Amino acid sequence: MTDVAVIGFAQAPGERHSPATTNGVEMLVPIFGEVFEATGLAKDDIDFWCSGSSDYLAGRAFSFVSAVDAIGAFPPVMESHVEMDGAWALYEAWLKILTGEAEIALAYGFGKSSAGNLRRVLSLQLDPYLLAPLWPDSVSVAALQARAGLEAGVWTQEQMAEVAVRSRADGAGNPKAVRPRSDGSRSAVDLLAEPYVADPLRAHDCAPVTDGAAVVILAAGDRARALAERPAWITGFEHRIDSAALGARDLTTSPSAASAGAAAGAARAQVAELHAPFTHQEIILRNALCLGDEVRISPSGGALTGNPMFAAGLARIGSAATEIMAGRADVALGHATSGPALQQNLICVMEAK
Amino acid sequence: MSQPLHAPLDIAFDYTRSLGPTLSAFASALAERRILGARAADGLVHAPPFEYDPVTAAPPAELVEVGPGGTVVSWSWMHRPLEGQPLDHPFGWALIRLDGADTAMLHAVDAGSADQMRTGMRVWPRWSHSRGGGITDIACFVPQEPEAAAQTVKQPEITMITTPIRLGYDHTVSPGEDSFLRGLAEGRLIAQRCPACGKVYLPPRGACPTCGVPTATQVELPDTGIVTTFCVVNVPFVGQQVPVPYVAASVLIDGADIAIQHLILGCAPDEVRMGMRVRAVWKPREQWDTSMRNIDHFEPTGDPDAPYDTYAHHL
Repeated sequence: MTDVAVIGFAQAPGERHSPATTNGVEMLVPIFGEVFEATGLAKDDIDFWCSGSSDYLAGRAFSFVSAVDAIGAFPPVMESHVEMDGAWALYEAWLKILTGEAEIALAYGFGKSSAGNLRRVLSLQLDPYLLAPLWPDSVSVAALQARAGLEAGVWTQEQMAEVAVRSRADGAGNPKAVRPRSDGSRSAVDLLAEPYVADPLRAHDCAPVTDGAAVVILAAGDRARALAERPAWITGFEHRIDSAALGARDLTTSPSAASAGAAAGAARAQVAELHAPFTHQEIILRNALCLGDEVRISPSGGALTGNPMFAAGLARIGSAATEIMAGRADVALGHATSGPALQQNLICVMEAK
Repeated sequence: MSQPLHAPLDIAFDYTRSLGPTLSAFASALAERRILGARAADGLVHAPPFEYDPVTAAPPAELVEVGPGGTVVSWSWMHRPLEGQPLDHPFGWALIRLDGADTAMLHAVDAGSADQMRTGMRVWPRWSHSRGGGITDIACFVPQEPEAAAQTVKQPEITMITTPIRLGYDHTVSPGEDSFLRGLAEGRLIAQRCPACGKVYLPPRGACPTCGVPTATQVELPDTGIVTTFCVVNVPFVGQQVPVPYVAASVLIDGADIAIQHLILGCAPDEVRMGMRVRAVWKPREQWDTSMRNIDHFEPTGDPDAPYDTYAHHL
């Protein structure tokens, strides 16, 4: 099978209220420039492009078509789109290289989460017959999951706050993290004194509504070796989904993450960038992926310091790949989630060779 | 960068969904004030019912009546309800395991305050005043047992539900569109030129679709151009503002490399032709805003037609 590696990654600074349009062009043009400069590639070198974004986030049909302007798609290019996080666009790009139809592929994701009311928009990803007509918002659904774990003794509010404290401290060192959310100055005790946003979730438990974009470039075999000193070779790439019936599954575990992680070889990771938009979800993922205390978790600060919809999962993979490309790890894991309460999970394990 | 022009964008659509056999039976029972669950092959009862077992993919072995009372297995509190949610005053969200069921149903609990909510609390449905809306036939759950069981009244079968979806956005234009729209408010046409290939875009596109680079250089264009191609509209439709027949055309403004869509009036439709030179007819100045509506239509200038070769590559 063709060896495929991540050789480039860039992300836009996370913003609470970007002045940009919902079509992503203003956020994408600078990061395409950045990743091309870092890799020495130009747009004509890209054999296949794939994007992840959502019309519901943009409030208009075919919003991703405008984004194609940012890639300079005339004369026509080979291009595709998923109405999912850019991590799944990366999966399609990886498959495209495996089929032999491309040697270099670029995946990007973008989302202006602040354009609408994100909590309401995300209720439209729920079952359209039994759930969406009630408009259960994303934070409330996560809160139901958080309480289930608290009362089952799987995690505590203190452990949730500790996740936020570590994440904020790490985010303080990441120039792309949302400010002022990212700082290490507040202790778990301080955070637990804050009021509930959605009992039992407090503000620190929830990822900030974030506008942003991310881009990852993949290359095959010798092309990757020529383009990067230390390519992040993909050794496992799996995604799984759990039932959409929130009341019919154990919300304190993530069978889909566990299954994807086992198939991808998650247990060998030295560092894991987890896409956990809520503190308790990081704990669920660590348990499901069997990540011990020796594994560094989300050194970027993770989704709690910046969660651009449809780009945050791709950014986790890009951040994990950077750990390898920069020589800080030999095996790194990037994770992306989609849907309510960690319904869908994707795991990408990358290694130095 | 200053905030470009932005405006509310409200979208709405009524999703009409056919229900299929299982959910149709569920909705029909709700209309009769009964709640159905689905018994799976392993004997567990799922309420609400599954259409296909999440593990085996088999349809339900049978549908069985559950509830109406149930027990809260997890909950949260909604301080400020959002549009469309079951209650417009603070309420609890809960996963409720109905009596006789093994799984839980997500719904609202009208509990008064968060300190009235707890896992293990007993709740019963409060029925909506309307019937046939599927899950919304249950208005919410309440912590008080009803004095009398809901009256079961035979109802027609429910095979469809309609779910209105309304979303509100703050729609922002791009920096290029911003200068274009502000230019229109002054009666000017502001385009942008690609620094790489030199093409001029009206309206500006943010990035050149050929080169992928931002088109930052502003160019002011005249309000004259040529008809590159057109069609005669003979079909009336809702919201139409001009009586048929009329001409909708691609107008290539002089100096631009992409055409805009606009109306051609001021001559009979059968006089419009490719290459015809036209000029913008602006609305009275006091009606101008930051909108393309400032140009009411285009009309012929009477100048000789542009030769085909001058616009062939813009078709």
